[in-house]
Amino acid sequence: MALTDRKTEGRPRAPFPRWPLRAGLTLGSIAATMLGLLFVTFMIGRVMPVDPVLAVVGDRASPEMYQQVYERLGLDKPLIVQFALYLRDVAQGDLGMSLLTSRPVSEDIARVFPATLELATLGTLIGVLAGVPLGVLAAVRRGSWIDQIARVVALIGYSMPIFWLGLMGLLIFYGILGWVGGPGRVSIFYDGMVPSVTGMILVDSALDGNWTVFRDALSHIVLPASLLGYYSLAYISRMTRSFMLEQLSAEYVTTARVKGLGERAVIWNHAFRNIRVQLITVVALSYAGLLEGSVLTEIIFSWPGIGMYITNALLSADMNAVLGGTVVVGLAFVLLNVLSDLLYKFLDPRAA
Amino acid sequence: MTDLLDVKDLWVRFPTRTGVFDAVRGVSFRLGRERLGIVGESGSGKSMTGRAILRLIRPPGQVEAAHIRLDGENLLDKTEAQMRKIRGERISMVMQDPKFSLNPVMTVGEQLIEAYRLHARGGKAQARVKALEMLEAVSIRDPERVMRAYPHEMSGGMGQRIMIAMMLLPDPDLLIADEPTSALDVSVQGQVLQILDRLVQDRGMGLVFISHDLNLVAQFCDRVLIMYAGRVVETCEAARLHEASHPYTRGLLNSLPRFDAPQGRLEVLRRDPAWAETPSVGPDP
Amino acid sequence: MSGAGMRAWLLTDTPRSRGQARAAALYQGWLAFRSNPLAMVGLAILILLLAVAAFAPLIAPHDPFVQDLGNRLKPLGTPGHPLGTDSLGRDILSRLIYGSRITLYIVTLVALIAPIAGLIVGTVAGYLGGWVDMVLMRITDIFLAFPRLVLALAFVAALGAGIENAVLAISLTAWPPYARIARAETLTIRKSDFISAIRLQGAGPIRIVTRHIWPLCISSLIVRVTLDMAGIILAAAGLGFLGLGAQPPSPEWGAMISEGRRFILDHWWVATMPGLAIFTVSLGFNLLGDGLRDVLDPKNET
Repeated sequence: MALTDRKTEGRPRAPFPRWPLRAGLTLGSIAATMLGLLFVTFMIGRVMPVDPVLAVVGDRASPEMYQQVYERLGLDKPLIVQFALYLRDVAQGDLGMSLLTSRPVSEDIARVFPATLELATLGTLIGVLAGVPLGVLAAVRRGSWIDQIARVVALIGYSMPIFWLGLMGLLIFYGILGWVGGPGRVSIFYDGMVPSVTGMILVDSALDGNWTVFRDALSHIVLPASLLGYYSLAYISRMTRSFMLEQLSAEYVTTARVKGLGERAVIWNHAFRNIRVQLITVVALSYAGLLEGSVLTEIIFSWPGIGMYITNALLSADMNAVLGGTVVVGLAFVLLNVLSDLLYKFLDPRAA
Repeated sequence: MTDLLDVKDLWVRFPTRTGVFDAVRGVSFRLGRERLGIVGESGSGKSMTGRAILRLIRPPGQVEAAHIRLDGENLLDKTEAQMRKIRGERISMVMQDPKFSLNPVMTVGEQLIEAYRLHARGGKAQARVKALEMLEAVSIRDPERVMRAYPHEMSGGMGQRIMIAMMLLPDPDLLIADEPTSALDVSVQGQVLQILDRLVQDRGMGLVFISHDLNLVAQFCDRVLIMYAGRVVETCEAARLHEASHPYTRGLLNSLPRFDAPQGRLEVLRRDPAWAETPSVGPDP
Repeated sequence: MSGAGMRAWLLTDTPRSRGQARAAALYQGWLAFRSNPLAMVGLAILILLLAVAAFAPLIAPHDPFVQDLGNRLKPLGTPGHPLGTDSLGRDILSRLIYGSRITLYIVTLVALIAPIAGLIVGTVAGYLGGWVDMVLMRITDIFLAFPRLVLALAFVAALGAGIENAVLAISLTAWPPYARIARAETLTIRKSDFISAIRLQGAGPIRIVTRHIWPLCISSLIVRVTLDMAGIILAAAGLGFLGLGAQPPSPEWGAMISEGRRFILDHWWVATMPGLAIFTVSLGFNLLGDGLRDVLDPKNET
């Protein structure tokens, strides 16, 4: 007996492949968001009570000098033109000059960003490796002591100020116990010993084969990375648990059991497989959150990353640096969000 | 007829905040290589009975019975590891809605192959061949394409046929069908039932057909069990259903419209709380 | 009405008036909430915070601003200074107590500004639809795309340090989620029959949005606000830590941690105590929020 599948047969095919259209729309969406972002930073820069001209020329400049700089900064032009010029500069990678370092902001940021990336990457790694199994276990053994511990871990993670916990960590593990290295990325005498390839000392020293520096860098990064890792794990474990609970009560799980599948296979091959894609979004968001969390963490550990760069700039009223840093972190955020969206669409067979 | 399945005094209880809820209360029945229909409304305990047989009910649910015998062996005495061998290989279950009962992120092929390899030796290649054969047996026209597809790409009827194929692949002796056609369009229901009918007959399997549709069960099964509030209120042969005596069954029968005996007004089923109190009718005839 | 009579009136299944229905819903919600011990702990912490802030002048043993350089950095348990003194000889306990007022001030302002702004934007976008929706949602997405703390930093950098600017900066980054929630609810409610009914009766969009849609969004917003409170407190503390919040000599908890940071190795309590205070209050809000969510939105129960 022949039975037709009415759903897919006979449906008119689209005249052209759909993915270029979707890619275009996504790019357009990113561009629109970035535009808005830049507009906000641009406006913040214009709102300041500090006179940007005076910041450049100083108090005792002559009126002519003031006028010159005023025109050079483009402040005489209408706002929309100024914004356009700003956009042009940013597109070329020009984020202005830093008052503090007297170097281009983009150069400064290129120098400090890898330090933050190293921290955020390690922290997210810890969060995933510890958080996912914890979340799965908490869901599978709902209500048990593991579940309660996971809940407490998450609760503390959502309630504890990160800079305070970092301070306590430094006090206990460095000050009292001496188990880890202190503030900074490496001990002073190792500074600059390893050629900088990626800007991440762990990677660079491994590439160079210099294991002494590697171990030293490790002892310095372990505490801040664990700190960020804790917050990452609190979030990831909570989300994993929530997703798993949803899947474990689904019918297909019963089907798998009816087939005679063992419980471990049911959990990992069936239920977990359904949340993989959602977890990618969670990990991306967690990474973004750690980039943000590093702002406060880096001060505590004297970690020369973008967070410390922005706060130092803040305290010195170096607006170009602050806004430049904001733009870069904002861009990283947007890219992470888009990446997770794309991966979601790519990996979930239902989204096709 | 030797018994394939022998259930005696089955109770399924769930502790809730307001006391213990008895979903199944003292149900008993016997089944050979024939078709038994279990009919009841929502909440009558019919689905729970099916799941209890497979020992799928997990704590805090509690399952108690004098025995649940499959070919003479009491399933309640088995360890979980032993049950896993029995599930799929000797008893299988087809569920209501393939939209939910098939894993959305695995291809149909992967799920079929898994069902086969859990209980048979042989590599992936052989499993694949068997899976294709099975898909053809359930009248799927382009089995290669279906193997590569995902469940959400299938229509309801197709999905249910895939479900049936998957559950019959390991060649079980007993099949429990829990509302297998309730989620399907009426036009497709008949086709799926025909396939089920043919396969069960060809393999000489026992079938427990759970449904709320009395007419359907009466046509499809050899014997019928009527459940109400966790108890069996009546059992009879399907052919003799119109001779049923229990007021609940009569109420169900009378509330269905009939072309050959039009009524001015359809009877409304009146439920007597006493029906829930009387003990279950035992396995018979 | 007697006590027993009142209870029966509140627990009834068949309310006779709208007022009774509302009172019954509140009472039964309260009963569900009360059965959750952790939620009660959260509530207790919150009440404690309110009490301490309200009665600060009566509770605090010392003036939080008075310096006593001869008494600097005294440890815990010093007579007269149970939590010790800071680098200027000020009593830490008193500063913590008065700092609770600042915390409460910031939290209350943000908890009013952000959700209300989000409610307006979200309901307008959801109800009017079309290009208004698109524009408003694009703006919301832009603010959502920004890392919260960094944006708040940039704002305060531009506007200058100070507690009001900190409140504004945090609110500006906190409102987008509420807009999203309000819009989602509005889109669902908009299609309901009762909205069509009142529209047929001649109600204009403003009346529909304010009188009918807003009340239905309130409960999800309340849950979200309570859950966000902890984040707001932490953000405010972060800004204070960076010196961007309440200015010295204000006893803001975040700023106190920053001041005590220099002495962390030898006089650890100066930075530790304010951190514990922040942690306790955040924890309280989180527990309260979880409890409220279990009562008001049980399908999301964790």
